[in-house]
Amino acid sequence: MDMIRDRPFETALIGIIGTGLPLVSRPYAAIAESLGCSESEVIDGIRRLAMRGDLKRFGVVVRHRRLGYRANGMVVWDIPDARIAEIGPRIGACEFVTLCYQRPRRLPEWRYNLFSMVHGRDRDTVEAQVDSIVEDLQLQDIERRILFSHRCFKQRGASYRRVESAPAPIGAAIAVNE
Amino acid sequence: MTRNFSNLERRLLNEFQQYLPLSPRPWAEIAERLGVYETQVLETLRRLQTEGVISRVGAVFQPNRVGASTLAAMAVPASELERIATIVNGFDEVNHNYEREHEFNLWFMVVAADEEALQSVLAEIETRCGYPLLDLPLKSEFHIDLGFDLKWT
Repeated sequence: MDMIRDRPFETALIGIIGTGLPLVSRPYAAIAESLGCSESEVIDGIRRLAMRGDLKRFGVVVRHRRLGYRANGMVVWDIPDARIAEIGPRIGACEFVTLCYQRPRRLPEWRYNLFSMVHGRDRDTVEAQVDSIVEDLQLQDIERRILFSHRCFKQRGASYRRVESAPAPIGAAIAVNE
Repeated sequence: MTRNFSNLERRLLNEFQQYLPLSPRPWAEIAERLGVYETQVLETLRRLQTEGVISRVGAVFQPNRVGASTLAAMAVPASELERIATIVNGFDEVNHNYEREHEFNLWFMVVAADEEALQSVLAEIETRCGYPLLDLPLKSEFHIDLGFDLKWT
């Protein structure tokens, strides 16, 4: 079978590795068994996704809150469109910033076009980190807000069994932006 | 309430966020690198997962390379927030859902197989919740994701 063109195989593999590897000695062999293919086909399939740039990371996915990083501030910035290509990468490169994305404005309700995530042990730490970004990059005249998180209603942490048993929609198994 | 982590736990949490060995026995390879036994790596990872310190050991996908995704925001009266959050959580396509400090106080990620499926899910969420949402898809990314560097201090 030509695995390169086998979309159903790839979709199933994406669902499984997005949900999490089984924690057994030979996880790729266990996945292979559930997909009805060989261990090396699973390994090659993951390698292919990685080579294609589809994987951001492949490893341990930590929950910041459970590690003592209780404050999570989504910092939103209203950057003049002409300057976003210059400022975006500089904010993205800051030490405490874990995500940095340009998103569209939705006027009049929403004016902010750059989103960056800053994690810290507490609120004061996050605020101090944002202040240092503003100072270092000279962003004093850029409008910004810190949207601290309160309750976390859902953070996907599905188990391997779920995907095995249910042909869930592809989105269900794919966590992005973590 | 954060407990103290052993040296092995710290190294597993910090050094293996990005690349897992693509060899038949990845935990054995990690164990060898860390100077411990394969069973210790497996048991430790299982425990961290059971405790919820790690959500899984697996892939994080590049946004919009696999499926279509967006960040959605909704402005919900405080008294309605829990009820609405529960409705939103009921969608399989929603994989993060946070309350945040703003008039737009409910923020969640929605992922679907393609753009068309995504738009139809967003429409259904709006209908079921009874509130309009902001659809804020990614335009560009300005951060190289190397995982999260845990500072053990």
